[in-house]
Amino acid sequence: MTEVLTLAKAINEGLRRAMADDDRVLMMGEDIGTLGGVFRVTEGLKTEFGENRVLDTPLAESGIVGTAIGLAMRGYRPVCEIQFDGFIFPGFDQITSQLAKLTYRNEGNQTFPVVIRVPYGGHIGAVEHHQESPEAYFAHTPGLRVVSPATPQDGYTMIQQAIRSNDPVLFFEPKSRYWQKGDVDRDAEPAALHASRVVRLGTEVTLIGHGAMVSVLLQAAEIAAAEGTSLEVIDVRSLSPIDYAPIIASAQKTGRVVVAQEAPGSVSVGSEIAATIAERAFYSLEAPVLRVAGFDTPFPPAKLESNYLPDADRVLEAVDRALAY
Amino acid sequence: MSYTAATVQLLSPEGELVENDLSAPYLPIIEKLDEARLLDFHRQMVVIRRFDIEAGNLQRQGQLALWIPSLGQEAAQVGSGYAARPQDHIFPAYREHAVGRIRGLDLMRIMEMLRGLSHGGWVPEQTGNFHLYTLVIGSQSLHATGYAMGIALDGASGTGDPERDAAVLVYYGDGASSQGDVSEALIFAASYQTPEVFFLQNNHWAISVPVERQSRTPLYLRAAGFGIPSVQIDGNDVLASYAVTSSVLDEARSGAGPRFIEALTYRMGAHTSSDDPTKYRENEEVAFWSERDAITRFETYLRGRGVGDDFFHEVATEAEDLAADIRAKTLVLGSPPSSKIFAHVYSEPHPVMDAQRDWLAEYESSFEESAG
Repeated sequence: MTEVLTLAKAINEGLRRAMADDDRVLMMGEDIGTLGGVFRVTEGLKTEFGENRVLDTPLAESGIVGTAIGLAMRGYRPVCEIQFDGFIFPGFDQITSQLAKLTYRNEGNQTFPVVIRVPYGGHIGAVEHHQESPEAYFAHTPGLRVVSPATPQDGYTMIQQAIRSNDPVLFFEPKSRYWQKGDVDRDAEPAALHASRVVRLGTEVTLIGHGAMVSVLLQAAEIAAAEGTSLEVIDVRSLSPIDYAPIIASAQKTGRVVVAQEAPGSVSVGSEIAATIAERAFYSLEAPVLRVAGFDTPFPPAKLESNYLPDADRVLEAVDRALAY
Repeated sequence: MSYTAATVQLLSPEGELVENDLSAPYLPIIEKLDEARLLDFHRQMVVIRRFDIEAGNLQRQGQLALWIPSLGQEAAQVGSGYAARPQDHIFPAYREHAVGRIRGLDLMRIMEMLRGLSHGGWVPEQTGNFHLYTLVIGSQSLHATGYAMGIALDGASGTGDPERDAAVLVYYGDGASSQGDVSEALIFAASYQTPEVFFLQNNHWAISVPVERQSRTPLYLRAAGFGIPSVQIDGNDVLASYAVTSSVLDEARSGAGPRFIEALTYRMGAHTSSDDPTKYRENEEVAFWSERDAITRFETYLRGRGVGDDFFHEVATEAEDLAADIRAKTLVLGSPPSSKIFAHVYSEPHPVMDAQRDWLAEYESSFEESAG
C-alpha cells in the first residue's frame, strides 16, 4: 500500500518499525523523547516504547556516542540523534577513533551496530553551526558506512537497513527536505543500502548528487529539458562505500559529468567521485568532470545562503561548461 | 599531593593493620578473607612486577615497539581486580596488566599488541570480561558507562542476588581526569544511576605534568559535584584497594548507583619506554613513594602473620618462570600476513576492502614471481 508521507514522517515510521521488529533497538539523543526531537523525527516513540527505549540524554555528544558504543558492546543497537550537523564535532573523537575502529581493534569479535542520525545541510535560514554538510569527514574514515536518503521512500527503508547493519552507519538526513512529501510503500522491495541509483534518464550530461541536492539536480534537468538538453541524474545514496557501477556506466554513456554537493568542494565526496570517474572512464569522457559545491568557506550567515548553496542555475552553468568542450 | 586526612588505609607502609574510624567499615571485609586469597594478592603483585621488568627489558632490546610499565601500581590493581566478581565487566585504560592477568588474560596478548602485531584483539568473553585497552585517554570511561547502562536496562543489576547482579569497573588516571569524556561519563553514570565503579589511579604524573596541574582539588572530591559518592584510598595498600572496591562494587551491583574511588599511588617508572622521568621529577619524591611500596609492606604483613620463606621463594620462582616464558614466547613471535590490514575493518562485506586486499595480494605476489 502506498501512502504519502513527509521525509521526517517516513524516517519516523522507519524508526518505529525498527523498534517494533527488534527490542534491542534504542533511540538516544538530546530532546528526542518527550519533545520528539527538534525536527520531530522521533515524535511519539517515547510514548509508544517507553523511556528505556527512547533515552533523553544529557547534552553531550561525545557522551551520547561513547555510551552508545558501550550499549552496543552489551548487545543493543543504539540509534543516536545528533541535533544538528555542526554539533557532531564534540562527538567526533568517539565516532572516528572509537566507533569506527573498534571492530578492527577487536578483530571482529564484537560488532558495533550503531546508527548516528544527523540532520544536515542548508536551505533553512538557520544560525551558525545549523546548516553544515560534514559528510566527507566520515566518508574519509575507514570503518564507517555513510548514507543519505533523498526521498521519503528511502528515508523509510534506508533507516531500517542502517539499523540492521552490524557496522556503524552515519545517516545524513537532508533537513531541508524533511517537510517534502512523497510516496512511501512500506512493502516495497528495498534497494540495497549502498546502491546508487539513476533517478532520471538522459543522454548528454550526467548529474550526480545526494540528499537535498538530488531535488536540485532534478529541477536543473527539468529546466534543461525545456531548453532541449537531456540530463541524466544519479542519486548516490551511499557516500561510503560508493556504488560506482551506475556512475561509471552513465559517464561512459554521456561522456560529461557534473558532481554537485552542498559541502565545500575541496577534498570532498564530489572530489572522490570525480577522481574515480577519471580513473575508470577516462576514454569515454568528452570533458573534465566538473564539481559544483559550496564554496571553501565556513557556512555564511543565513542571508547569504542562497548565494552560497549550489542551485539549479549553478548546476546548469556547469552543464554549459561541460558541453562547451 | 600525598595522603590526606580522608585517605582510607588498612595497611600502613610499615606493614601493620590500621585501626581507625576510616578503616573500621572495611576491616571486617579483610577479616573474612582466607589465607589463600591473601597469598594470591602477594603472588600477583610480585609476578606482575617481574613481568613488567621483563617486558621493559625486551623493549630495550628492540623486541617491543613500546612498553607501558605498571611498576608501583600493583596494589591498586591487584586489590581492585580481585574485588570484581566473575559477572562484572572491566574497562581498563592501558596499564592494568595485573587486572587483566587476574581476569584470565594471557599476558602475551599485551606483548603482541606492543610488539605491533595487533591492536589488542582479545575477546572479553574469554578474558573474564576484561575489555580491550584504550589508548585515547579517558575514552573507555564512556564505553564503560554505556555498558553499565545496558546492564541496568537488562535488569542484570539491582535484583538483590549478589551472585547474579553485575557491575562495571572502569580504570583511568589523574591525567584522564582532565578529559571531557571522563566528565561526560560521570554525568551519564549519575543520570542513569549506572551499576559502575570509577577507579581512578592517581599515580601523580600524566607523563611530565604533575597532578597539581590537572586539579586544584583532591580528585575524589570532584565526584561530589556529579552527585557520586567517593572514597580516597591508599592505592599502595592492597587490602584497602580490595576492601573498598569490594564494598562499593556491592553497592553499585545492588542498584544504588555509581561509585568513585581515587587510589593514591605512584608511577615508579616512566610513563612508557619512550619517556624519561629524570627530566621532570625529583629523586626525593620517588624515594618518598619507594618507602611506601605496595609489595614490601604486604610482605612484612604476611611475615607477621607467620608466612614463611618457603612461600616467598616459591613466588619468586614463579615470577622468574613467567618472565622466562614471556621472553621465550616473545622472541618467536612472527608477523601477521598483510591481509590482516583489511580484516575486520567492517563486519560485513565491503567492496573497497575486497578490492584493495586483492590488489595488495597481487602486487606483493608480483615480486615473488620476479624474484623466482
